[in-house]
Formats: sequence, structure tokens, C-alpha cells
Amino acid sequence: MDRVQIAIAERVAEQHRHHGKAQFFWVWGVLLVITGIEVYLGYQNMEPVRMLSILMALSIVKAALIIGYFMHMKFELSRMKWITMCSLVFCLAMMCVFFPDAFRIIKYGVR
Amino acid sequence: MADVAVQHSVPAAYEPSLFGTYSKKIGMWLFLLSDSLTFGALLYAYSYGRISTPNWPTPFHSSSIMNATFMTAFLLTSSLTMVLAVRASVFGHMKAVRGWLLATMACGAAFVVLHGREWSHLISEGLTLPVFPAVPGAETSKEFADVTKTVPQFPATFFGLTAMHMLHVTLGVVYLGVVALRRTFVPILLGLWLVAWLATPAYSPFHYGAHVLLIAAVVVSIILWLKPKVYDSSDIEVAGLYWHFVDLVWMFIFPLVYLMSTRII
Repeated sequence: MDRVQIAIAERVAEQHRHHGKAQFFWVWGVLLVITGIEVYLGYQNMEPVRMLSILMALSIVKAALIIGYFMHMKFELSRMKWITMCSLVFCLAMMCVFFPDAFRIIKYGVR
Repeated sequence: MADVAVQHSVPAAYEPSLFGTYSKKIGMWLFLLSDSLTFGALLYAYSYGRISTPNWPTPFHSSSIMNATFMTAFLLTSSLTMVLAVRASVFGHMKAVRGWLLATMACGAAFVVLHGREWSHLISEGLTLPVFPAVPGAETSKEFADVTKTVPQFPATFFGLTAMHMLHVTLGVVYLGVVALRRTFVPILLGLWLVAWLATPAYSPFHYGAHVLLIAAVVVSIILWLKPKVYDSSDIEVAGLYWHFVDLVWMFIFPLVYLMSTRII
């Protein structure tokens, strides 16, 4: 690494030094608890779309915890956070364009 | 015509990174963004099939759900050990780093073994793909045979999505092995390939899938031969980003694929 890269690596390392181990154990515990709730919901005889909505909401919470704390995104510059997360959400949201077609098949059948 | 003199002796002005971090970390984030679209497309394909097929099967009994829950717990624990490895590397505790990385690899390997067991069980029961060889002497359950015939999208999307994820986890374990053990890892990897290849029966998809380890061993050998180096805390952090991403993707596969297809008795 050159001088600039070493300086940046030092800055990143300095950020990490402020994180206690305890917060990582807390996040891990919360993730396990949410997983337990998901498994419980899996055995409830719920209507599929409602169940899918709840499970996806819980998965988004889990994803946010992993990205924020384990991947340290919470401690990055706001510019980094916004550019990476907005581009990801935008691209994934664009794929939702296919879902109306799936509902069309359910309603009218395949022809 | 104006002449422009380029003065090579003047040092370039220092320009800090736009994102306030080092370039290999930004590179890994860009890779992960592109990979998330790959998994996104697979998950959307699965969801599309789930919504548009009225008789979507619910083949996962409580044993499968229990197995997948343990797999999830292993992956979550591996993320914890990985973040502790990154933290130890920042403090320069290299012995602890190696220990945490090996613990992460063990959890990842446990995930792959449990997943392989689940796959083998489903295939022997009759939930299969046309490319998989038939299991000799296996008693196919009518339920799974019907699923394979009437809703072929289910095994296709299930095996496609989970195989892609299993491949990522396997390569992640190899990646961490290289970071933790460097050249020492190459003979271990070759040993793992031999065990995985010889211990799985010829009709199992893992018999051929094990060759991924051989290909990885060749690639790793070339990389370590061309660019031998001691991996520092930034390398461990970047490896950690990849590992957490693999964990993150499973947090969507588990509810979408397993919990949405639970058989409630």
C-alpha cells in the first residue's frame, strides 16, 4: 500500500477501535431472536402474501443490522452510505416490475 | 500552437478518497453490489414462481425447517466470529485473528455440510432435477415425485438458488483459509477436495461439485505464487465484507424458500 492508502487504513482502523465487543454480541443475539420469530411465524397458518410481507420486513431489519454493524456501514462517511445503499435499493426495486405479471397469471391464467 | 510543458518533478497534490476509505474496500463493495443483483434476480424468479403458481408445493417438514434453522444459526455465528477477527486485526492480535478466522471457516463448513445433507435427503426422496442421476435403491415418496412432475419450477429455482449460495459459502471458506493460513492452506484444500470427491457416491451431485475445490486450489496456488504477501487488517476487513454478504443473502433465502414452503401438519 502507498502512503495515502496506509493513512486511510489507519483512519478506518481508528474507527474500529471505538467499537466494543459487546455491541457485536448484542447484534448477534438480536439476529438470533428475529430468526426464532421467523421460524415461529413459519408454522402459523397465515395467508401467503401477508406472511411474505412480515417475513420480508423482518429480513430487511436483519439485513440492516448486518450491513450497519457487521459490515461497518454505520461508521462510514454518509456519502458512501447513500451512494451504495441508494443504488442497491433502486436496482432491486426495478426488478419489482415483474410482479404485476405474476399476479396477472394468477387472475387470468396462462394463455 | 501552444506548447504545454509537463513538469514531472512537481509531486501530485494529495486528493483524499471521495468515500473516505481505501480502494480495495470500495472495490469489494462494488463487487458485492453487482453480486446482490445476481441473487436479487434469483430471489425474484423464485418469488415470481411462488406467486404465479397456485399449487406451489410446501415440501419442507419440521426436520427440514430445523436443519435450515441450525444452518442459519451457524451463519450468524460465523458473522460474529468474522467481525471479532476484523476487530482483533485492528488491534494487531494476529494469533486471535487466525483463531477467529478458523472459527468462521468451521461455521461455514458446518453450514455447507448441513446443506449438503438436506440436498441429499430431498434428492433421495424424489425432489430432483433431470440433470441429477437417479439414486439407486431409493424409495421415492409420491409427494416429492409429484412436485417434480407438476411444478418443475420449484426444484429448478430451489436448487438453482441454494446451489449459487452454497458455492458462495464454499468459496468464502476458501478465501478465509487463504487469508488465515496462506500457502499452508493449499495442501489442506487439496486434501478436502480428495475427501469430498472420494467420500461422496458417484450418483451424488456433490461428487462432481467437489471439483470446485480443485479449481479453487489451482487458482489459489497461482495467486499465492504470483503475489505472495502477509495479509493486513484491511485485507481481513475486505474478506469480512464478503463473508457478511454471504450471511446477508441467506437471511432472505431462509424465509423465502424454506419458511414460505413449510408443511404445517
